[in-house]
Amino acid sequence: MAWYDRLLALDRRWIYVILAIAVIIPAIFEMHVSVSTSTEVKAVHSFVGEIRDGKLLFLAFDYDPSTMAELHPMTEAIMHQVFKQDGRLIMSSLSQFGPPMANQLITRIAGEYGKESGKDFVFLGYKPYPAITILAMGTDFRVPFPLDYYNVPLDESPMMEGVHNFDDVEGVVSMCGGNAADMWITYGNAKYGVPLALGVTGVMASDYYPYLQSKQLFGLIPGIKGAAEYEQLSDIKDGEGLRGIPYQTTSHAVVLIFIVVTNIAFFAKRSAAHRI
Amino acid sequence: MAICASAQDQPAAQRGSLGFKALLPPPSALTATDNPNDSGHGILLTWEPSPHFDRVLTYEIFRLPWSPPSEGPPLTADVPESCWIQVGQVPGTETDYVDADDEPTLGQRVNPNFVPRNGELLYRVRALANDGSYSAFTPVAVGVARGDWFHTQRVNVLFITLLLGGLMVYFIRSAQRGGKLFIRPIPGLSRIDEAIGRATEMGRPILFVLGTGTGGDIATLAGYTILARVARKTAEYQTPLLVPVYDPVMLVMAQETVKEAYMAAGRPDVYQPQNVFYVSAMQFPYVAAVNGIMIREKTATNFYMGVFHAESLLLAEAGSSTGAIQMSGTDQVAQIPFFVAATDYTLIGEELYAASAYLSQDPKLVGPLKAQDMVKAAILILATLGLLEATILRTGWISSLIAPY
Amino acid sequence: MKLQIPLILVFLCGFTMIAQFMIPHEFSEDLFQYANDFVIVIGILALPIGIYSLMSSTVRKARRNPNERLFSIVTIFGFVIMIIAGLKADWFYSPTSLSSRFFDYILIPAQATLFSLLAFYIASAAYRAFRARTALAAVLLITAFVIMLRLIPLPEPVSTWNNTFVRWILEVPNMAAKRAILIGVALGGITYSMKILLGIERSYMGGD
Repeated sequence: MAWYDRLLALDRRWIYVILAIAVIIPAIFEMHVSVSTSTEVKAVHSFVGEIRDGKLLFLAFDYDPSTMAELHPMTEAIMHQVFKQDGRLIMSSLSQFGPPMANQLITRIAGEYGKESGKDFVFLGYKPYPAITILAMGTDFRVPFPLDYYNVPLDESPMMEGVHNFDDVEGVVSMCGGNAADMWITYGNAKYGVPLALGVTGVMASDYYPYLQSKQLFGLIPGIKGAAEYEQLSDIKDGEGLRGIPYQTTSHAVVLIFIVVTNIAFFAKRSAAHRI
Repeated sequence: MAICASAQDQPAAQRGSLGFKALLPPPSALTATDNPNDSGHGILLTWEPSPHFDRVLTYEIFRLPWSPPSEGPPLTADVPESCWIQVGQVPGTETDYVDADDEPTLGQRVNPNFVPRNGELLYRVRALANDGSYSAFTPVAVGVARGDWFHTQRVNVLFITLLLGGLMVYFIRSAQRGGKLFIRPIPGLSRIDEAIGRATEMGRPILFVLGTGTGGDIATLAGYTILARVARKTAEYQTPLLVPVYDPVMLVMAQETVKEAYMAAGRPDVYQPQNVFYVSAMQFPYVAAVNGIMIREKTATNFYMGVFHAESLLLAEAGSSTGAIQMSGTDQVAQIPFFVAATDYTLIGEELYAASAYLSQDPKLVGPLKAQDMVKAAILILATLGLLEATILRTGWISSLIAPY
Repeated sequence: MKLQIPLILVFLCGFTMIAQFMIPHEFSEDLFQYANDFVIVIGILALPIGIYSLMSSTVRKARRNPNERLFSIVTIFGFVIMIIAGLKADWFYSPTSLSSRFFDYILIPAQATLFSLLAFYIASAAYRAFRARTALAAVLLITAFVIMLRLIPLPEPVSTWNNTFVRWILEVPNMAAKRAILIGVALGGITYSMKILLGIERSYMGGD
C-alpha cells in the first residue's frame, strides 16, 4: 500500500488521538495567544456600556450545560459589566436545562456586587416553546412569567414596576446554543423591534453574520474567541474566554494540518494514477 | 381622583408651563389619532415642530391619566396642572409619538398610563430647549384608540400568499388535465429504495431519525412524508424500522404514520409499535441514545430527515463509523455542510419539502411545486431589477415594495 | 371519517391562524394567546405517553437482551431518582440538594463531554471531506481554510488582511448563498403549509 493510500484511509481514531494531544498541550505548557477585537463584539460591549444607573437590559440564558464552555464566559463578562455600572438585568432561559445553571451564575455574580433579586435583577426562569414565550413577553413579561424563578410574583418586584415588555428595556442580548436565536430575530426583533445582539457558539456564528449586515442584530459574540474579545474589552484578565483561546488555537492548527496532509495525499495519488 | 387629590386648584390653562418661563415657541398642530394596525390600545400623536426647531432638545408628551369608569367620569382639560402626566419624550428631530399601553392594572393598582379602547384621551406637548427652558404647551388634542380589523402593513404577505395559492390551483388543474410538469432529478430521493433494499439484503434494521425539532416544524412534517414512504417499503420487505423520537408529540405522530403506512402496504401484522419509541427531549442524551442504537443494532441504513442542530455531525459521524449508508435532509442552513461532509446523500432545504411530490408524482403535489418555482423566478427577477435600480438609479423603490412589516 | 375529521380540523385551525395574522384587533391577539396556550397544553398531555414509551421500551430491552440490561437499569434508576430529587420545590433550588448535585456533577459534565466530541468529529469529517476533488470542492476547501486561519495568531499585517477577507466571505458570498437557500426554504414552507391546510399533503398522517 502506497504512503498516500495509507494516509487517505487513515483510521479516524488516529485523528482523534492527535487532536486530543493538541488539546492537552496548552494545559501542560502555558501559552499566550493575542486576541484582536472585532467590530461585532465591540458593538455589544459599547451597547452594554450604556446600561448604567438603573437602565434595563434583557439577558437571555438560551443555552444549557452542553454549550456552557463557550457561552458562560461571555455571559459572565456581560453580567459583571452591567452590575459594575449599576445597570439592572431581566433574565430568562428558553433552554430546558438553563435555569439551574443560570441561577448558579446569577447567585455568584450578584453576590459579588451585593445585588438583590427583585431590586437589581429579576430572573424569570424557564418556559417551553421559545417562539411562544418571546411573543408573549412582547405583550407583557407577566403573561409567560407571572412568577419569577424564586416564585415571587413579578408585581411584587419593585424593579418591575412600570416594566411590561420589550419597550421598557434598552435591548436584548441572547446567549444562545440552539434555535432560540432565530426566534429572537423573527419575533423579538422583527415583530417587536427590540435591539438585539446574540452570543453564539463558534459553530453557529457564520449562520448569524447575515443578520448583522441587515441590521437585525446590532452585535454578535461568536464562540470562545468572541468571549475572549469581550473579556479583553472589559479588562477581565483571567476570564475563561481568554484562557480557552490557546486550546482553540492548537486544535484549529491541527485541523488545518489535517486538511493540508489529506490534500497532499490526494494529489499524490492522482498524479500517480495519471502516470500509470 | 386620587392622583389629583393634592393638586393646586388653578386650572392648567391659566398657568405657564409648570412654572418655567416660556422662551421657546411651542410646537403646533397637535393631532391625536388612532394608531393604525394595533389592537386598540395606542394613540398616534403628530405635531408641527417648534419654529425654532434648531434649539429644541426634546419634545415631552403629556396626557390626562386613565381611571376606571367605576371611579367616576373621566378628567377634562380644566383639571389642575399636576393631574397631567408625562407619558413620553422624543428627540427634537422627531414629530410623532405613539402612546400605547394595554395593561389596565399594575398588580393591584390602577395603571394611569393605560390607553383604553374607544375611550377619549387628552394630550398636549411642549418642547424642551437646549438651555433647559420650556415652551408653552400646545392646545389640547383629543384622541380615541380603536382596534383595527386589518393590518395594512402585511399586505405584502397576503399578496404573496394569494399569488402562491392562485398559482397552486392553476398548476394542479394543469397537471390534472395531463400537462407534463418536469421535476429535476434529486439524487437523495431517487436512492431511497436502493438504501432500503441494501438493509433488506443485509438483514439489518433501518434507522429513521426525525431530528430535534417539534411536530410543528415544516422540516419535521416533511420528514414524516419520507418516513411514510420508507415505512411502506419496509413493510413490503419486512425489514425492521427503528424510529427513536425526540418529542412526545412527535412520537404520537410517528407511531400513527408508521402504522398507517404498514396498513397501506397491506402488512399491519408486521407493524411493531415498540420500534417507534420516545428517547429524550434533551439534545445530547438523545444523541447518545441514537448513537448507541446505531452501534448495538448495526443499522444498515440511516435516515436523518427534519430539523437538526449541533447533533447533526455527532449522529452522521457515528453512523459513518458503523459503515451504514446514510441519507440526510434538513432546512437548517448551518447543519447542511456537516451532512454534506458526513452522509452519502443530502437533501438541501426545499428539496426535503419536495419529497412527497417527487416520490409520488401525484399532480396535486407536483402542481404546488411548480407554483413555488414560478414565485421564486419572480423573486429572482425582482431582485435583479432591484439590484440594477439601486446601482444605476441609486433609488430604492423596488426594495421598499417588499420591505418587511 | 377517521381521516376527514383531522383534515377539517387542520383546515379550520390553519386558516384561522392566517386570518389572525392579518387582524391586529385585541380579539385576534386573545385568540392567538389562547392557541399558544393550547400548544403548551398538548405538549404536557403528550408527556405521559413519552414516559410510558421510554419505560416500556427500556424494560422490553432489558428482558430481551441481557447485554443491554445494565443500560436499562441505569435509565430506570436515573429516571426514578430524578423524580424523587425534584419532588419538593426547595430541593430543586437549594445548591446542596440531591437534584443540584446531580445537575452539577452528572448532567453538566456529561453534556459538555458530548458536545466536545463535536471537535473530534469535525476534525475527522474535515480530513475525509475537504479534498480538492473538483473545482467547487477546491473553493469550499480554500474558504474553510481561510476562515479557520482566522483563529490562528498570524503576524501583522497578515492577520488584519485575513480578518477583513473573512468578514467579506461571511457577509457577502456566505450571506448570498444563505439567503438563496432561505428564500427557497421560505417558499417551500409556505407551499408545504398550504398543501397541508388544503388536505393535499396528508402523508404525515400515513396517507398518500
